[in-house]
Amino acid sequence: MLAALLIVFREVIEAGLIVGIVLAATRGVAGRGRMVGLGIAAGVAGACLLAAGADRLGALFAGSGQEVFQASVLGIATLMLAWHTIWMASHGRAIAQEMRALGGAVSDGRRPLAALGIVVAIAVLREGSEVVLFLYGIALSGGASGWGMVVGGAFGVAAGALVAALLYGGLIAIPVGRMLSLTGGLITLMAAGMAAQAVAFLQQAGMADLLAAPVWNTGFLLADDSIAGRLAHSLVGYTAEPDGLQIVVYGVTLTVIWSLARVMRPAPRALAHATARPPLAAE
Amino acid sequence: MRALPFLSLSALLLTLGAGVACAADAVESRDLVIKDHVFSPAEITIPAGKRVAIHIKNMDKTAEEFDSSALKVEKVIGGGSSGTVYLRPLAPGRYKFEGEYHDKTAQGVVIAQ
Repeated sequence: MLAALLIVFREVIEAGLIVGIVLAATRGVAGRGRMVGLGIAAGVAGACLLAAGADRLGALFAGSGQEVFQASVLGIATLMLAWHTIWMASHGRAIAQEMRALGGAVSDGRRPLAALGIVVAIAVLREGSEVVLFLYGIALSGGASGWGMVVGGAFGVAAGALVAALLYGGLIAIPVGRMLSLTGGLITLMAAGMAAQAVAFLQQAGMADLLAAPVWNTGFLLADDSIAGRLAHSLVGYTAEPDGLQIVVYGVTLTVIWSLARVMRPAPRALAHATARPPLAAE
Repeated sequence: MRALPFLSLSALLLTLGAGVACAADAVESRDLVIKDHVFSPAEITIPAGKRVAIHIKNMDKTAEEFDSSALKVEKVIGGGSSGTVYLRPLAPGRYKFEGEYHDKTAQGVVIAQ
């Protein structure tokens, strides 16, 4: 039962951290609950489909279909996170001001909520399909120990959700302006981490055979398979032994998002103009 | 909407970065079978410093996840199906792997020499 709890917990926190950050980043935005709810529902449904089709998917691309699929969805998630970050750079300050003025209520329909909804769905889909396969395996083998493991799995889901809730609670306790720049930074690092992870999957599929030697090893500080290592992995893409291509892609993603966000940020004069306007003025 | 051209550019960069090189055909390979939640062979010896493909065949009814943080590989192999993972060039040493869904019995090690 404890083993089941741990396995499910590990998968759930990975998705849960992403959901927690998305929820904090969209605090006060109308329709975000529906968006995150839809994302989770779509993710769970997708996870079941993915688990059911795991055999067929795995047989594609000379037995590497799964890696190609994982790399593609991670690539999509990276783009969605980048889009949101860059969009927030041009609108974030106005949003923070509106939230202060109206006590946290903002209804900005044009905000790319769908992008974050897709990220939530992808996170739940990726981690969820492993949970489904694992629990399905237990159900097939049956027996008394099977039930204990199902209970363990349920506890694992609850514990993972609790960690996500704690993260969310911690983030929203921070003043709005700083919280938005912090979640913006976290989302950028998360995007870079996902891009680097996509590279790792392509390498595992033998499709990106370039700079594949590990560059450093910080496993003695933080091991990949420890809970803290897993947390750092989902938050900022930590891996103890990154190889050259992963580092390059991580750096390029960070640089591209950061510079585009900088370019899109309104000039100080335009910003002064924006602050002079009433808080809810539509742009 | 101004962001879209930039986004497609970054997409292009990412694709370029990741897709530049494809696997050479002439990689050494090893076969690994999962049966009754046990790997056989439990020890796989490979040459160090070379890419090696491992073909994994799962003879059990239930799925297993071939998982190794040392090898930087995680891959789900469905019940009754098979899959291939490519190992990066390894320094000489022992690299443990396990079946995450049955880690009490499904244990193995890759020895690079």
